[in-house]
Parts: sequence; structure tokens; C-alpha cells
Amino acid sequence: MGTVPTDQQLIDFVVREARLLDQQRLEDWLNLFTEDGHYWMPVERGQTDPKLTTSLMYEDKLLLRIRIDRLKGKATHSQSPKSRCHHMMQTPQVDERDDGQQHYVTWTPMHYVESRADEQTLYAAWVTHHLITVDGALKIRLKRVDLINCDAALGSIQLFV
Amino acid sequence: MISKYRGNRQAISALVRETEVHRDVYLDQELFELEMEHLFANTWIYVGHDSQVPKVGDYYATTIGAQPVIMVRDTPDSVKVLYNRCPHKGTRLTGDTCGNVGRFFRCPYHAWTFRLDGSLAGIPLKGGYDNTGFAESHSARGMTAVRHVHNYRGFVFGKLSDVGPGFDEFFGEALSSIDNMVDRSPAGKLEVAGGVLRYRHDCNWKMLVDNLTDTCHPMIAHQSSAGTTVDVWKSAPAGAKKPMAVEIYAPFASPYEFFQTMGIRIWDNGHGHTGVSHSIHSDYSAVPGYFDQMKAAYGEERAKAILGENRHNTVYFPNVTVKGPIQLLRLFKPVAANKTLVESWAFRLVGAPDMLLERTVMYNRLVNAPTSIVGHDDLEVYERAQAGLASNGNEWVNIQRLYAADEPGQRNVVTDGTSEGQMRNQFRAWTKFMTMSL
Repeated sequence: MGTVPTDQQLIDFVVREARLLDQQRLEDWLNLFTEDGHYWMPVERGQTDPKLTTSLMYEDKLLLRIRIDRLKGKATHSQSPKSRCHHMMQTPQVDERDDGQQHYVTWTPMHYVESRADEQTLYAAWVTHHLITVDGALKIRLKRVDLINCDAALGSIQLFV
Repeated sequence: MISKYRGNRQAISALVRETEVHRDVYLDQELFELEMEHLFANTWIYVGHDSQVPKVGDYYATTIGAQPVIMVRDTPDSVKVLYNRCPHKGTRLTGDTCGNVGRFFRCPYHAWTFRLDGSLAGIPLKGGYDNTGFAESHSARGMTAVRHVHNYRGFVFGKLSDVGPGFDEFFGEALSSIDNMVDRSPAGKLEVAGGVLRYRHDCNWKMLVDNLTDTCHPMIAHQSSAGTTVDVWKSAPAGAKKPMAVEIYAPFASPYEFFQTMGIRIWDNGHGHTGVSHSIHSDYSAVPGYFDQMKAAYGEERAKAILGENRHNTVYFPNVTVKGPIQLLRLFKPVAANKTLVESWAFRLVGAPDMLLERTVMYNRLVNAPTSIVGHDDLEVYERAQAGLASNGNEWVNIQRLYAADEPGQRNVVTDGTSEGQMRNQFRAWTKFMTMSL
């Protein structure tokens, strides 16, 4: 990567991130986040506050680490049998680029399927990535997942949209 | 179809023995319907909090058992609960879950209008009912009000039938847990805040209620979530401040002794609570400034007494629970014998620092969300129980732990924290309120 990422490099990054999730390469996936990075799945449409309004997920790297370790733990009965997931994305669109601050925002509509045993559930989401470069590599500062039905009564989502 | 339980008091009573219950209470759809007709009519069911409808005309649409109802602020000082149907053709009167109707409910079908107390205000082309005896009809009475409604310190409960005890008799000492939650506000006031989490469960609603005082499961079922948290935190740098999230998760992995000694208090009519002496909420970090506010409001001694309570789950039989120390309420809405909607509501302590609400909403998403790892642990075992109970190898569920033959008549007792006595208490109440109107 040159000094600033091209739009195509931003797009490739977001597409690859989903692939790591589909392949459950979760250590590689976690390494995509900055040390202060967050994964946010709001519970309200257009939610602006992750602290005083609850969310489906608002997780820092420590909580994501716990989640990933749990998924592979022997005592994790809700992963016996294991869940699988599949991301079907539109091409990410680069909504903002600030080469000075090396800060970029992409917007990616997607369908997400999670399956476990005989059950399969389809979710639709708009996913916003806030990316920065750290030592020349793109990293996720914030991944925001807005489910189309974020405020509906949902069943378990055990993996990552 | 031959009815196995309808009208059969003896068959229903036989489902609950002193130390075991028949699987049909979790599996049988006819029993579920009888629960809706009897248990959820003869008991006081949580409807909502009056802070959800602060202004006249504000409404909140929900259910009492299987019944669609509306909680509405009809005057500045009162809240009504009305059945949510137009008396004309049955149309549900609200579309959104909450909002403001102004001065009247207006049916979207034929524009019949109703005052906020439910009474009929107007019908277009009303002359068409002249000389038809309309005044004697059900429709002329307007929207039907729920017969018995009680607002206790903002918590609104309804009872559908005239059978069953009055509000104070039904809840008795159990109201002390709501008192403690409200008293934790320096202003003595709670507000619903921070959003609601709604989680579908493919299991019977009573599995969730049984689990509230099941203290032999956390160290096992939550080994995967709480245990992993403890393991991950072990590799934190020495002296690192324990994050709020670790303070919330880690105590679920506490050893048996922790739960044995916390105690369970058992009240009449199926109510009870875990965490008499301490609980998983006891060791949260102090929130700066909060105790000084409490001291100013109540005096030091009283403030210490209020904050010294660390009740874990208080069961308000049949289907709601509160956690006073973190201002959460969970409502288990029965949908079918094998389907339950769990709603988790957070409260702001009016006048207290925002950090308390931040902790409440964090707890809610870490433990009660459809994306929660603790929630995943629990739902897995409920759904496996729902499936496993189909087995004909044994038709009974065991609730015998620390049973004593003299316990049925005891009131307001404190037991070992790992007793299943509160589950037995719930099922005694289940039989009582299921059969009282048969």
C-alpha cells in the first residue's frame, strides 16, 4: 500500500474482513481492529449513543477477545453444534476519505446468514466501517452494524455480522 | 379433540407434587391456554412503568398474558389500562408500540373515537344507530378497561379477573424489592431509559422464571462466558483497573459456596428473591459522587441501608423480575407453550450520575441481548430442556434440592442459597392460581 489507500484498497479490505468471518479466521479478524477499536450493533434505528442507550453489541477488543475465546471453548454448549455464517455484500462505497488524518468511512449493505443445526436465519444490515491506517496498514476503528430490524424481537445471533 | 386439562381441576393439581412437576406444564399447549385464562387473569401482571407515558394521551401497547392491552395516561395523575380493540369490529387501535393519541383514540377502520378512559366519544353517521337499541350494546360501552389496575411507585400492574387477591395481599413483603430499586434514586424516582432488548426464546416461559433462583447453574452453564472472561482477564497487565464489563461477567463464575451463603428469601404467592446477604452485584466499583447524593437525600444511615441491599433476582410471580442494584426489569411474555418473548427494560435513577445508567445498559446488553454470550448459554439449556422433555423415559422434572417436609406452610423464610425451595414456592402458587377459578 502506498502512502494513502486507494478506494479499491478500502473496498478490498472490507470484503476481506467479511471473508475472514465467513471462514472463522477469528484471530486474523480481531487483528484488523485498532487497540481502541469497537464493534457496534445498535438496538435503535439511527442510534447515536452507545453508552447511555443499550445496544445489541458494543464491544471493545477485550470483549471481542472473550467472545472469540468462548466460541472455541470446550464448555460452550451453545456452539455444539457450531454455528456458521455467510456474508453477501454489495460493493462497499467509500463515503468519506480524509487522507490528512488517514481516516476513511465505507458503507456496505449486506445480507448475513447464520446457521446452526437445522436452522438458518437471514439478516439484512448496513455496515459502516471507520478505518484508519496504522503503520501503513488499514485497521478498523469502528465497525457499525445497523440491522434493518435492530429493534425487533430477535433470536440468538452467535457469530459476527 | 378430547380435553385433558380443561375443566379438570384434579388433573391440573396432580401436575405439581411437593418435589417434582409434570413435564406437561412446560409442553402442553392446552395447559398454556389455561394459564392464559386462569393464572394470567387471577394474578397481578406487570404492564409497564408510568414513565413510559409521561404526558396525557401518551400510550404504550403491550400484553397481559395473551391479551393485547394499552397503558394510557388519561389524566396528569392517572394511568388506565384498556383492552386494545375497537368495540366495533375488533380492530387493534394502535399501530406503533408507543406514541401519543392526543385527546382521543381514533379507530383507523371507521373513525369511531374514544376518550382516554376508553368511553365512546363519537361515531360517524351516528343516526344509523337510532332506534336500534345501540345503547344496550357492548359497543356503546367503548373500549373495555382492565378491571383492576394498580400503580405502585410507577410500576403498573393489572389483574384481568375479579378472582384472586388484592394488590397488597398478593405481593405483600415482596414489594420491598421495588422499594429498594426506587429508593436508590436520590429523588426517589425511576424513569425507563436506555432502550429495551427483546429476545425470542423457543422454550416455555416458566423455564426462565425457574432459572431466576437457580444458583447451581451459573458456574456450569456460564463457564463458557464468565469462565472465559476470568481467564482472559488473568493475562491483563498487573495493576490494570478491572473494566466494568469484567466486573459484570466474572461473578457468574463464582463457586457454589458464594451462592450457598447468599441465601434465598421466600414469600407468599410465588414471590421470592436470591441474594439476601450478598450477590453477584455486591462488588461493583463505587460510582463517584453517588453516595454523597444519597447521603444528602436520605442521611448516612438510611443511605447505607438502601445501598447495602444487593438482592440478585426478585421474582414477582408469575412472569416478571427486577434487579434492584442495577435497575433492570425482565418480563417473560408467554407466546405459546414453547415460545416466550423476553423483554429487558433499564431504568435511570433520577438525580443520580449517568455512570449508573451506563452500567445498567451495559449489563443489559452483556447479559440479556439476543447477541449476549450469557444469554446464549442460558437459552441453549432451556431449548435442550424443551426438547429433552419429549422423552417418555421420565415424565417428571425434579425440584427437590434442600426440600424439607415442613416448608409448605412457612412464610417469609430465608433458605440456603442453593435451595430449589423458591421453585417449589412458584409451583405451589401456580396450582393455587390455576385452579382458583376452575
